[in-house]
Amino acid sequence: MSGAATSRPAGEVVLAARNIAKSYNGVKALKGVNFDIHRGQVTTLFGENGAGKSTLMKILSGVVQPTSGEIVLDGRPIVFSSSTDARNHGISIIHQELSLAPNLSVRDNIFMGREITSLTGVDYAEEERQVRRLLEELEEDIDPLTPVEELRLGQQQIVEIARALSVDSRILIMDEPTSALSATEVEVLFSVIRDLTAKGVSIVYISHHLEEALQITDHAVVLRDGNMTAYAPRADIDLEWIVRNMVGENYDLGSPPTGHGFGPVMLSVRDLTVPDPAGGGYNVVDRMSLDVRAGEIVCIYGLMGAGRTELLETVAGKLSASSGEIVLEGKEISHLPIGERIARGLALVPEDRQRFGLVQTMSVGQNLSLASIMEFTRGIFTSVRLERALIQKSIRDVTVKTDGPDVPIGSLSGGNQQKVVIGKMLATDPKVILLDEPSRGIDIGAKAEVFRILAHHAAAGQAVVFTTSEVNECLSIAHRIIIMRRGRISAEFTSDITKEKIMAASGEAVAA
Amino acid sequence: MTQTSANRMSSQVSSVKGTSNPIKLLLKGRAFFALIAIVVVFSFLSPNYLTVSNLLIMSSHVAIYGILAIGMLLVILSGGIDLSVGSILALCGVVAGALMQGVELKPLGVILFPPVWAVVVLTCALGAVLGALNGILIAWFKVPAFVTTLGVMYMARGIALLMTNGLTYNNLAGRPELGNTGFDWLGFNRLFGVPISVLVLAALAVLTGLMLSRSSFGRWLYAAGGNENAADLSGVPVKRVKITVYTLSGILSAIAGLVLSSQLTSAGPTAGTTYELTAIAAVVIGGAALTGGRGTVRGTMLGAFVIGFLSDGLVIIGVSSYWQTVFTGAVIVLAVLMNTIQYGARGIRR
Repeated sequence: MSGAATSRPAGEVVLAARNIAKSYNGVKALKGVNFDIHRGQVTTLFGENGAGKSTLMKILSGVVQPTSGEIVLDGRPIVFSSSTDARNHGISIIHQELSLAPNLSVRDNIFMGREITSLTGVDYAEEERQVRRLLEELEEDIDPLTPVEELRLGQQQIVEIARALSVDSRILIMDEPTSALSATEVEVLFSVIRDLTAKGVSIVYISHHLEEALQITDHAVVLRDGNMTAYAPRADIDLEWIVRNMVGENYDLGSPPTGHGFGPVMLSVRDLTVPDPAGGGYNVVDRMSLDVRAGEIVCIYGLMGAGRTELLETVAGKLSASSGEIVLEGKEISHLPIGERIARGLALVPEDRQRFGLVQTMSVGQNLSLASIMEFTRGIFTSVRLERALIQKSIRDVTVKTDGPDVPIGSLSGGNQQKVVIGKMLATDPKVILLDEPSRGIDIGAKAEVFRILAHHAAAGQAVVFTTSEVNECLSIAHRIIIMRRGRISAEFTSDITKEKIMAASGEAVAA
Repeated sequence: MTQTSANRMSSQVSSVKGTSNPIKLLLKGRAFFALIAIVVVFSFLSPNYLTVSNLLIMSSHVAIYGILAIGMLLVILSGGIDLSVGSILALCGVVAGALMQGVELKPLGVILFPPVWAVVVLTCALGAVLGALNGILIAWFKVPAFVTTLGVMYMARGIALLMTNGLTYNNLAGRPELGNTGFDWLGFNRLFGVPISVLVLAALAVLTGLMLSRSSFGRWLYAAGGNENAADLSGVPVKRVKITVYTLSGILSAIAGLVLSSQLTSAGPTAGTTYELTAIAAVVIGGAALTGGRGTVRGTMLGAFVIGFLSDGLVIIGVSSYWQTVFTGAVIVLAVLMNTIQYGARGIRR
């Protein structure tokens, strides 16, 4: 165990954030954050999605400039004009989204933009030698000449880490570096981190795996809704403390609707197995089974990569399963195209509303009626009158705030855009509605409204399944909470469970 | 939070309302105003320009581009591009010409002379098959539209050259004793004084306009072009939509081929070279977005007339045909620039 780290004396402060605030178009992403990064120690940022962690990282690494506040490097205020500028000051970052060129080799990726040159051009031999040494340090058996696209995701993440290490930074920011790593690889990464800190390198670490992060960290900074809610050394904190500060007071996101009995099983998933759509060679959903009854609300909680999105997308017909059954109202539907599944009463509200939910070139009304076109088609023509009626009903049903159905969809706020995506699928009058992270990127007021709408529809006899990565939301309207981990159900709870237990059940197995 | 989103909304509402100011109106109706400007300028330069007979003659020229442009609009709305229309036009013209000359069946020792209606049907079917080939390669096999249609463009042109050995069929009149006369009806006859080709264009434009604005297929097409992923998840049969638009584009190319060879009373394998570019230009001048999901038949028709009336006007006032090319190019660049201003501004606002 790494408990030894906790007793180390605090080193000098190398980098400090002083009252850092950042607004995007008037929306405050960060509201005055203060913390120190000590030499040779690990500082971990905790926070739910949208708490401001990524924005803070971008500011520290020079990708964006703060609206107010300052960064203090070695006791002097400093402004980074770009990420290259920050790198020249010894700060580098490992991004959560991989930023590798898939067609280039591991060597070329690691030295991209700062090739070692001699009189005769690039010194490939020297580059290769250095890459071999780095990969050896990371205990990863990868040939430096392999194209990155031939590596599996975890190995690509290792390459990303190797690239950051190759720069000899004083401060290394790691944004979710372990999300695609196996338990052994995580152990190796942690020993590399310990080596680095022993050499005086400071690490800023971000992870959703709370227990894992607790193993390695020396200090914890907790963010919630752009505010820093807590900052403490490792010795003073435990898992409960982090969760309490991350989640904060309970917002009222509603409670499970009662007073209606559950009907028959509407959706039944049997031994569903889905191979990685990116071709990673493993199963993102692994022999999973699930029954949902009419009137029931089921929440699926899990970390990134747990297979929640893939499960819903397979049930809806976007991905195909390698084995297993999907049964809607007693009928097998695995072979049907998406349109046919919608017609039979199965609707999916996708996670990424910009990419998969909305047609940006269309109006609010046309987006709302998109999934129900055949409902208002008579013969070969659509009926303007029937479409108007359907749109008006949808706008009332999901309470979209809009200047009428004909304004561009882009003119609505995020919360209202999300309501349009939900309204579009509810307009098909589904028997089972699946929602992938329905609360992503919308404010707390809109969240509460979305959950109120879902509770209302469940009370009317529809089966509701939604996923979330925020614990608070599990404990809102869901009758049943399912925890997914690595494509399987790892635990199942009723609505009277505590946040701590949910988080513990979702976490990766504590290594070692 | 609610306050800020309300503010943002009201600012957007005001910019939407801003379309009523003159510059925005000019930008929105740019193809229309460009056409008016062309007609006014050439009327001053030549007394013969603004006469009914000249307008009808110019319109019959526009018909060829216009029919191709309707098909191109459908393809561009889906987010694709069809470079093969000019070659399909030529191949269909040549096949029609060959059918009019008679098909010799050697083993039976007979020569078949199909009636004109059969020639028209067979030619359109050929266009449909070539278009469907484009569509299937693009929708099912995920070959990029640019590459697929580029390949079909070469193949169709090559087959047309092979069939004729590079020569042109000149006698398309048919023979009265065989009963296959009437091929020149499309290109030469008039109904109520209006050339048949213009009437064909008008009918196709109206039908397509209705399809786009009032049929479920039209809505599918706009959705698939605007955001393929979202359309797919909303149950739109995106693949079927794609195959259909390329097939329709092929049929429209065949119709344009029939009209052109009827107008010229000859069918040559090099007909319609670069017409695909003219068709794309018409669609773009008409305000459609090359990224898909935005565009109307009305705009595309205006675009086709802008190009046609401009180049014919330059011929009438005796400007070198080399200059025509330069002018057409300038108009296209200007049109795309304005599209960027119109749609780009919307993108930045978000």
